[in-house]
Amino acid sequence: MDYIFQILGPLLDGTAVTLQVFLLTLVLAVPLGLALALVRVSHFRAASTLVSGYIWLMRGTPLMLQMLFIYFALPFVPVIGVRLPDFPAAIVAFTLNYAAYFAEIFRSGIQSVGRGQYEAARVLGLSYGQTMRRIILPQVVKRILPPMSNETITLVKDTSLIYVLAMNDLLRAARGIVQRDFTTMPFVVAAAFYLIMTLVLTWGFLYLEKRHAVYED
Amino acid sequence: MIAARDLRKQFHGVEVLKGVSLDIGKGDVIAVIGPSGSGKSTFLRCLNHLETIDAGDIAIEGETLASTDAAGVCRYVPEAEARRICRKMGMVFQQFNLFPHMTVLQNIIEAPITVKGMSRDAILPKAEELLRKVGLLEKRDAYPSRLSGGQKQRVAIARALAMEPDIMLFDEPTSALDPELTGEVLRTMRQLAEEHMTMLVVTHEMNFARDVSTAVVFMDQGEIIEARPAGEMFSDPRHPRTRCFLEHML
Ligand SMILES: Nc1ncnc2c1ncn2[C@@H]1O[C@H](COP(=O)(O)OP(=O)(O)OP(=O)(O)O)[C@@H](O)[C@H]1O
Ligand SMILES: [Mg+2]
Repeated sequence: MDYIFQILGPLLDGTAVTLQVFLLTLVLAVPLGLALALVRVSHFRAASTLVSGYIWLMRGTPLMLQMLFIYFALPFVPVIGVRLPDFPAAIVAFTLNYAAYFAEIFRSGIQSVGRGQYEAARVLGLSYGQTMRRIILPQVVKRILPPMSNETITLVKDTSLIYVLAMNDLLRAARGIVQRDFTTMPFVVAAAFYLIMTLVLTWGFLYLEKRHAVYED
Repeated sequence: MIAARDLRKQFHGVEVLKGVSLDIGKGDVIAVIGPSGSGKSTFLRCLNHLETIDAGDIAIEGETLASTDAAGVCRYVPEAEARRICRKMGMVFQQFNLFPHMTVLQNIIEAPITVKGMSRDAILPKAEELLRKVGLLEKRDAYPSRLSGGQKQRVAIARALAMEPDIMLFDEPTSALDPELTGEVLRTMRQLAEEHMTMLVVTHEMNFARDVSTAVVFMDQGEIIEARPAGEMFSDPRHPRTRCFLEHML
């Protein structure tokens, strides 16, 4: 027991890093994903195709590769080449990657709303923007809660990938102690931490689903 | 109120409207009847720009929505203006298309607030009056999924009326309803007609067409075959196709 308290400090520090990556990615990737989805379903053919290509690229290559690219290779790319410190590099990679996944969730949500809703809004005089904001997206929120729940739980676990940039997230902190003390206890504690985080998320989403259950489609 | 001249419309090379013309005057209640696939819905949807016509002219209350020049090029007025012009028409769909995430009251006040910029306080009395009129005041806070088909359709009518349209378009408003629920919707529509609302109603309800409408339009294969006062149309259809259709319906 004493041992657990002893290793709690570094593991909590690691958890703080994990949570930072998680929260920042969520806050940045959700709006970006929504914007991408709106372009994707719009009638601007060229822009829509471009977004499709982007989504294909981001979902078709490993997140770890993207992160390594942004950290190590981006500085050498002409024009846009910048050298990012490890934390911003991780956030940029996670945001760009998760925005693609969120965009697909938003897109399928938007496209699952029937044509009749657009037509009803239109004959009432709502513009396309008003229709999206007032009629379509509020219904989309309800429909995408289950896949969003999945995706955010995956995100919590994916944060452990930042170890390749030598950042001390929860998993890397645990591994460090394991290698130092020759005991697997830190892994068990780390697993418990991950489970608590995903449990909180699961509850949060269940609460949201319940709140949206006041109406049926 | 509505002047439609020689409307043409194709879907994937198939001509669905083959030059449809119709004038609708103030207070007219026009029933559009005809076999399935004859283009009734398409005609209605072209009038309020849910579909775009390939050729022809549409003017709503004297304002041009679409026109075709001598070279045969059909042009619409700019989108914002088209939306303003089309706001003079309310529309009721066969499938109701209520907003499921909003209560009955929210459905009704949404467009006046969002489109007209009215305050909630300003529209509330009007919304409640409309709900009373369609007999659903006690359902104001219910979600659409809790309503029967007939109730949904009456909400849809109230929602359209909340925008104070001059013309109401109905596309088979009772076709999705169980027979015992059509009466309440037809009663609401009849009441509207008695208040001299200008109405264009696509319907299979021959009794409604005969008793309520001022004129009946018979469409078949993308054309208006006959347009006559309601009484005449039913007692003395001129065209053989009209006669054949009416014999099947009555
Ligand atoms: N969006 C569309 N795309 C392709 N074809 C269409 C479309 N809408 C209608 N059509 C076709 O146009 C023709 C006329 O359809 P429309 O819905 O106007 O007929 P209707 O008279 O309203 O028939 P009903 O009584 O069955 O409602 C039909 O052959 C239909 O298949
Ligand atoms: Mg139809």
